[in-house]
Amino acid sequence: MPDDETPEANEGEEVAAEASAPTDSPEPEPEPEPDPRHVELLARLERALPDAVIEHADVYGDLVIRVTNESWGPLAGVARTELECDFLSFVSAIDWSPAPREGGDDAGGDTSSPVQPTEMTFGAAGSAGRFQVFAHVQSTAKHWGVTFKVDVDDAQPLVASWVPVYPGADWHERETWEMFGVRFDGHPSLRQLYLPAGFEGHPLRKDFPLLARSVKPWPGLVDVEAMPEEPSASEEAMPEEPSASEATQAEESPAEPAGITEGGDE
Amino acid sequence: MPSAPDFELERSAMRHLADAQINVELDTGDMILNLGPQHPATHGTLRLVVRLDGERVLAADPVIGYMHRGYEKLTEFRTYPQVTTLINRIDWLSSFANEVPFVHAAETLMEVAAPPRAQAIRTILTELSRISTFILFLGEMGLQVGALTPAFYGFRDREHVLNLIEGATGGRFHPNFNRIGGLKDDLPWGWVSETRQVMRMMLDSCDQFEDLVAGNEIFLQRTKGIGVIPGEIGAAYGVSGSNLRASGVDWDLRRDGPPYLSYPELDFKVWTHPDGDSFSRYWVRLQETRESVRMVLQLLDGLPAGPVMAKVPRIIKVPEGEAWVEVENPLGQMGYYVISKGATGPFRVKIRSASFSNVSILPWLLRGVYVPDVVTILASLYFILGDIDR
Repeated sequence: MPDDETPEANEGEEVAAEASAPTDSPEPEPEPEPDPRHVELLARLERALPDAVIEHADVYGDLVIRVTNESWGPLAGVARTELECDFLSFVSAIDWSPAPREGGDDAGGDTSSPVQPTEMTFGAAGSAGRFQVFAHVQSTAKHWGVTFKVDVDDAQPLVASWVPVYPGADWHERETWEMFGVRFDGHPSLRQLYLPAGFEGHPLRKDFPLLARSVKPWPGLVDVEAMPEEPSASEEAMPEEPSASEATQAEESPAEPAGITEGGDE
Repeated sequence: MPSAPDFELERSAMRHLADAQINVELDTGDMILNLGPQHPATHGTLRLVVRLDGERVLAADPVIGYMHRGYEKLTEFRTYPQVTTLINRIDWLSSFANEVPFVHAAETLMEVAAPPRAQAIRTILTELSRISTFILFLGEMGLQVGALTPAFYGFRDREHVLNLIEGATGGRFHPNFNRIGGLKDDLPWGWVSETRQVMRMMLDSCDQFEDLVAGNEIFLQRTKGIGVIPGEIGAAYGVSGSNLRASGVDWDLRRDGPPYLSYPELDFKVWTHPDGDSFSRYWVRLQETRESVRMVLQLLDGLPAGPVMAKVPRIIKVPEGEAWVEVENPLGQMGYYVISKGATGPFRVKIRSASFSNVSILPWLLRGVYVPDVVTILASLYFILGDIDR
């Protein structure tokens, strides 16, 4: 039932997010009155940083604002003072490019991992390219929160650091740098956090393979494939088993059925 | 209020941090002490490289990642029901509470809601996770200042709660009991009355810890005024949960966040303490344990009848979209930013774990403290390494 309903709901939401509000159908009615806290946040942001906001969206009550790359640095200060968001929840990144299937499309290999769409699509508030940095801040006094997104360059991902304003961004940005390869301008010491120093590659990029799946087949897969052919597989296995230890088996345990057949063959 | 923080001080701390690399050349008089990776105060493998001047810490650099399991990557290779098994293991002391926000995010995207009974049972089990986590802390914090006995009481009393969790879910530590749309099962027969008994025991247990640990003069000397986190600095570092409330910030997502589970219907008090030191973190957790017991009793009294599972398709496909769900877990705020592309598994999951941010304040917090206090501060922040390393 949810499968039938949700695509419509999603469309309705996208239409409302673009704020074009075509009133030809009664469908997108619940959206027209946005959360007053979102209106307040957007107004404050507009006052402090005009031209920073590219797009904004309401995803299930959470305000997502996409800003320009140049405004990301000053945005931190504005968020902390003007928006009163004194609490830093996280800073991270998204790689929107589609993941190559493990072992190639026709390898048939890992059927257990979910198949994602092969074309690049972007989430709420859109994106200009493959990489986006996003962060969430909250207000301990006003009890509101905002998710900010910023586009970064595909080849040279770079964005201003938030450490001068939110010191807690230090570890988050180090993690984002090692996992996605996004550099943070102004970070005091951008070095590995989780991974050993000198690690090559950026593991959370979509083109970084999950090595465990490449070197060893997914155990679940082995079980699934063996199941339908179980009777024939066991028939084949039975004669092979004694023949491996033919000499000793025949002499020592003649009472065993396997041993008898072996003896008969000789 | 948020305009007060001393950025210059923090920035200089950052510069110190950059210096405190492991192979730094030693200044005369300074000494580098390697604390860990194995240390009883660390709940896993956390290494602290501290530079000392005599007994004073000049700079501290936590080295994490010994337990990094790459869950954010792994979620991209799993279906939604499989992900709950993984995220169980993030904060292993309160596994059930880890599952809730993720399942909630998936339900939000699918626009299904778990039935009221499932919501109530989820709330009960989340609060039981909180009690079991905190009861252990209340005992173990004594251990860190040299009192061995309370730790055993902590383990003993926690066992009763774990038995309850096991009785309901079948697993002591990793229940994997949440399903998208509800719960795997209803509560077993007799569980409610047994839970009421255990909750009364937990109140006694809290009283005991209050007498034994919080009233102990040595404990007070070791924790009062030690490791003070001012509220606004804690918030800027992302320190959350009881640690932030112990710094006087009156903020609890159960009350102040977007409504989730049965919390809007519950009557409970959010405890804060103005001091922000190690003792207030202990005290706040003590009060929160009692508050959780009251919440569980309230929930048991008003447990709604009905099914525990909503109607969801057999193969879970989450429609395209993204959802951010952050909730109040025992160790602090835990959130999942789930991005779906309409497949059977998530496209990207950003896991915001509480301990990661709670511990990131250590370089700031440990500057200038004495070596023996490092251990009490670590213990009072109460983190789980799995929750830092994910």
